[in-house]
This record gives sequence, structure tokens and C-alpha cells, in this order.
Amino acid sequence: MKRLLVAIGCVLSLSFAAYAEPAKAPASPDAKPAVAAPAAAPAAAPAVDAAKAAAPAKASIDYSKMKANPKVTIPIFLAIIGATMAVVVWSAKQTKSASDFYTAGGGITGTQNGWAIAGDYMSAASFLGISGLISLYGYDGFMYSVGWLVAYITVLLIVAEPCRNAGKYTLGDILSFRTSPKPVRAIAALSTVTVTTFYLTAQMVGAGKLMMLLMGIPYKTAIIGVGILMVGYVVFGGMTATTWVQIIKAGLLMTGATVLAILVSIKSGFSPIQFFEDIATNQNIIDHVKLLPIYLKESAAGTATADAGQRFLEPGLFLTNPLDQISLGMALVLGTAGMPHILMRFFTVPTAQAARKSVIVAMFIIGSFYILTTLLGFGAALHLSPQAVSKVGKGGNMAAMMLAQALGGEISPFIGDLLLAFLAAVAFATILAVVSGLVLAASAAIAHDIYVNVIKDGHASQSEQVFAARATSFAVGAMGIIIGIAAENQNVAHLVALAFAVAASGNLPVVVMSLFWKKFNTAGVCAGLVVGTLSAIGIVMISPNMTYPDKVADAAKMAYTKLEKEITDGKVKPEAMEKTLKTIEAKKLEESKNRGGTSFLGLAKPIFPLKNPGIVSIPLGFIAAILAALAFPSKKAEDMWDEIYVRQNTGLGMAKAIDH
Amino acid sequence: MAEQTYNWSAIAKNPKFIELHHKKTAFLFGWWIFSTIYYFLLPLGAAFAPGLFKIQILGRINFGYLFALSQFFVSWGLAMYYAHVANKDFDRLTRELVNELQ
Repeated sequence: MKRLLVAIGCVLSLSFAAYAEPAKAPASPDAKPAVAAPAAAPAAAPAVDAAKAAAPAKASIDYSKMKANPKVTIPIFLAIIGATMAVVVWSAKQTKSASDFYTAGGGITGTQNGWAIAGDYMSAASFLGISGLISLYGYDGFMYSVGWLVAYITVLLIVAEPCRNAGKYTLGDILSFRTSPKPVRAIAALSTVTVTTFYLTAQMVGAGKLMMLLMGIPYKTAIIGVGILMVGYVVFGGMTATTWVQIIKAGLLMTGATVLAILVSIKSGFSPIQFFEDIATNQNIIDHVKLLPIYLKESAAGTATADAGQRFLEPGLFLTNPLDQISLGMALVLGTAGMPHILMRFFTVPTAQAARKSVIVAMFIIGSFYILTTLLGFGAALHLSPQAVSKVGKGGNMAAMMLAQALGGEISPFIGDLLLAFLAAVAFATILAVVSGLVLAASAAIAHDIYVNVIKDGHASQSEQVFAARATSFAVGAMGIIIGIAAENQNVAHLVALAFAVAASGNLPVVVMSLFWKKFNTAGVCAGLVVGTLSAIGIVMISPNMTYPDKVADAAKMAYTKLEKEITDGKVKPEAMEKTLKTIEAKKLEESKNRGGTSFLGLAKPIFPLKNPGIVSIPLGFIAAILAALAFPSKKAEDMWDEIYVRQNTGLGMAKAIDH
Repeated sequence: MAEQTYNWSAIAKNPKFIELHHKKTAFLFGWWIFSTIYYFLLPLGAAFAPGLFKIQILGRINFGYLFALSQFFVSWGLAMYYAHVANKDFDRLTRELVNELQ
């Protein structure tokens, strides 16, 4: 087994080195204009048309081009892949029972688990997306990140410790305790697979686009590379390997963010007051804000009270719909606690105390990280200019990367390349860690809940269980690769929000009521999961997240009218004329193709006005769960209430840390 | 895995357990509601009290920024406070209860 793993590791490392070769061609915006990392943006960031049209950055150095230096990048990538491979080889030896596979034998310490939770949570979306949002929209980007930390209060106070005491490997374990196990496990597994598929798809597509942009690796190659490594980690190393990959990655990410934040702080003499003064008076930022549609509207209406630089530090440039904001906040605060891969992490620690400690450790890491992101985001706006940032990556996704190269490059070009390569490798490790956790959660639901407990009635030997776990992990990973490739051209940015909404509307209500309500029962679990999940998905289908052809047509019309006006105004240079005319033609074709069409569900316009379904689907999930439980009372569930309540509060009767 | 069987309903009626249960429920849900309201004040305030958020407090640093930053410290503070109470009270009560049963 060991030799096999080493061999696979060598082949992969070599193939990565080979794939990374094309990185010699700089991933400049001119070479690859269509490249963007939509999934890496936490929200569907609208294209900053105004910013794009703005005058070129006035920065003295041209930061608008970013290129990775393969001589530095490849060794760093190989080092990180090598380190994680070593972890897999080591943990493969320890993985003998199902408990080892799913929960690392329950032998992870609270602090280790805290780092792993943080590693699981700080996805490339947070890291790149939020610093990008801050660099383009200032204050709103920072406000956006707050909910991601506050969500852990719910995890800490409501679910972490009772789950550790009441469950074994999966969501299904907690829910089936005093209900009819078969239907409940089947439906809980289905819900887990749904949530993880949404999240996994978003991560995979993001991974492909990111690798394409950073390293010049072709999209499909990147997906297959990430997929093979992820399957390798999970199939051979199970939870032990996945946990350690997450810990390594969290450490690297915090190191990278701290170094970069220090470099930004040096420039303002470590004074926050000076830092904000610099932002508010920066000419690039002022020019950028003045062209944002919302600021133009405010100026026209006479409601713009602050100067444009100060406006960058005030709310409302990006998050303009408060109801949508609240809806997203609800999904985050309640959804995190219902995420299957987060719940699963609490089974890896031996006691409820360790579960508590791990959430607190995670909260400090995640919180510090988001505060550092402010420095990175504002730093990128200040030292690179928002114009340059939006030019390289849509939604500002490359802000942190560009900042690393630029600020490091002021010390020496080598340090700039080194920092960029380091952050690129961290982003890569981040994606691996997050997708590995998701694959493990989905395969646990299929193998443990459906195969072992529904099909085999709980009678499966350890070796059968481990085999089932490995086989499903392999299958889920393979599916992830296929979906990742198939979804290349889809806008998947809203899938992350949808995953949280489904977890908040389907999983959380039934988990909370299983743990805290005496009269809760089978009917309640089934109704809550089905109604919550379907309403979240259904509402998104009729929301503005879908593509509405008429809207596409309108956008195309606006684009070509603007270009035509530029031509009549004589603003287009003769050498660019041919290209402009071609663009106009293409946009006209796009308009005629889309005009009068309908969305996937045959709608001309969205019925539901918000992008985030939580505000409606979360109450629906709760109401369905409560009504069904009241309508079909169960004597057995009520009789077993004392047991689950005493168990979850005291840990009595809990499975021993290592049960083999 | 040898599992001891317990008389769950007897434990549930044990005064120590009832004390633990009451203390925990009040603490956990009380502070959860507090933190949730505190969090939602941020998007609500940004939308409906933008004037307040724009007030500059330290140089260019405005109330809105400090309020968003305070969310982190309030969350951390609450987490530490909970850890303190849980380690001191809840775990002690649980230990006493478990010892009594054995």
C-alpha cells in the first residue's frame, strides 16, 4: 500500500510540473480576456462596468499584469503536494476501521480540530473573494465577511456539544436516534448529498478557473489534477489525512495573510488612522467610486453627502438590497450549523469539551483571518488601485495575489514572485482541503447511512464498512470531477449561497428539534428536510439567480449602443476599430438570439425578487417540521426523549473514543 | 463496546440534571438570541441608519467600520465567556451527576 501511494504521489507531482509548464506564458488579461473565477467570488459580483471604463490606473508601476514565475511556483507547489502526500501515506496506515475512516478514530484534539474547522471554512472564496470585494467596494466587502464568523456562535452554543454526545459519524446518526431509522437515514443522506454537491460544484469550478488564471493550466487538466489528489487523500487517508491537509492549509493561509497584512501596514506606518486617511484621499479610489453606478445615482439625486474617497468607507456600494442581505445573513448564521461536513468534524474529537474548544479555536482563527482580509482588500485598492484589480480578475478575485507580487516586488522581484507563488499554492491547498472534506461528508452519508444502515440493516463488518466508505469516496470524487468539467461555463457563484440556504432550511431545523423538542419525530424530520430543501432550491429557480434571456438581450443592446456612440463620438482609435465593429456585431447577434426567450423554468422575469431564498425557505422548513410532528405524534419518540436529552447533556452512554 | 444501561427517565428527574438543564437552556438560548440580534443590527443599520454609520470617530474611521469590527470582538468575548461558564458550572454539574450515578 505504501509503495503504491508513493508511486502515485510521484506521478502526480511530475504531471503537475509538466502541466505547470505553460505558466511561462503570462496569465495576462489580454491573453485570456474571458477568464474569471466566478465561484471564487462569494456573491455573484456584478461586473464593474464603470470601473472598467475608467481611465487607466495612475500608479507609477504597472501592476495591472500579473504573471507567475514558474521557477519559483513549481517547487513551492511540489513541496506542498509532497507534504500532504506524506500525511496521506502516514494516515493510510492508521485507517483500519470505519471509525478511523470517518472520524480519525475520534482521536483529534480540540485545538487540532479547531484548525481543521478553520481550514475547512476559509475557502478560496473567502480568501480571494472577500479581499476582492473590499478592494472594489470598500466597506461592504468587510461587512459581508462578518456573518461568516458570527455563524460560529450558533455552532458553538447550539449544535457542537450535543452533536458530539448524540452522534457517531453523520447527520443521519443524530436524526435517526428516536425516529424510524430507515426513512430518516435515507432522506438525511439525500439532503447531505444535495448540499455537498452544490458546494463541491462551486469549489471545483472555482478551482479550475483559479488554476487557469494563476498558472496557465488548462481548465480540464486543473479539474482532473485537483480531483485525483482529492480522491487520493480521502480514499487512502480518510478523515485523518483530510484533517491534516486542512490543518496544514490553515497554517499556510494564516502565514500568507499575516505577511501580506504586515507589508500593507508598513506603508502606513502601522497607524490605522493614517491607513484610512490614505484610502479616503487616494485619487484612484476617488475616481473609481465616482464612476460606480450607485454613486452616480446619489450624486444626481443630490444625496451624496460625503466625498467619493470617504464614500468608499461607507456602506451601500455593493450590498444595496437590505432584504437580500438579511436573507443571506439568516442562511449563513443558521446554515453553517447545518453543514454536513462541519457537523462531521465534531465526531472526530473525543469529548464534548473538546468539541467546544475546537469551535472556540476555530472562531479565533477565522475572525483574525477576516480582519486581516480588510487590510489586504483596502491595501489592494490603495496600492494597486481598484481599476487594476478589476481588470485582472472579475469581482476582484486576484486582488490578494496581485498585492502579494506588487508589495513583495518592491523589496525585490524574487520576493514578489515568491509571495505570489506561495499564495497560489495556498489557494490550491485550500481548494484541496475543502473539497476533500466535502467528499468525505457525502461518502459517509452514502456508505454509512444508506449502505450500512438502510441496505445492510447495520450488519456490516468493519472491513466491509471501510471498503464501502472507500468505494463511495472514489465514486463521489469521480462525480465531482465530471460535474466540475461539465459546469465549466456555468455561472456557479450562487451555488455556495444555495448550499448554505439548503443547510439552513432543511438540516438545521430538524437537527435543532431532534435535540431540543420532546415531541419531535419521524414525520417531523422527513417533512422538515423535504420542505426546507425543496423550497430553498425552488425559490432559487424562480429568483434572479437564473439566466433570463431578455435581460441578457438588454445587456447586449446596452453594450453595443455604447460602442456605437463611442464610434460616432470619434473615441475609438483607428487600430481598435475592427475589433470594436466585431464586438458590436457579436452583441447584436446575442441580442437577437435571446430576445423573447424564457428562463430554464419558462419564466420571462424572476418571480421571487431576492437572490437569497433563506428569508422564506428557513421559516418554511421550521413550520413544516413542527406541523408534521404535531400531526403525526409518535409515542416512541416521546418515550426516548429523556434518553437523548440526558445523553446530549452529559455524554453518558457515548461511544468510546476508539471503538475497536 | 460494552455499554452500560442507564435508567434515562430517572436521570432526567434527578434534581442535579434539572438544575443543569435549566442553567444551560437559559444561558445558551439567551446568549444565542443576543448575538443574533447584535449581528442583524449590522445589515439593518447599514440599510436604515446610514447616517449613523457615516459618523467619523477616529480620523476617517467611521462608526460603521468600528461597529463591524466590534462584531468580531463581541463574538470572541461571548465564546470566551461561554467557555468560562461551561468549564466552571456546566462541566462541574455534569461531573457531579455522573459520579452520583456510578
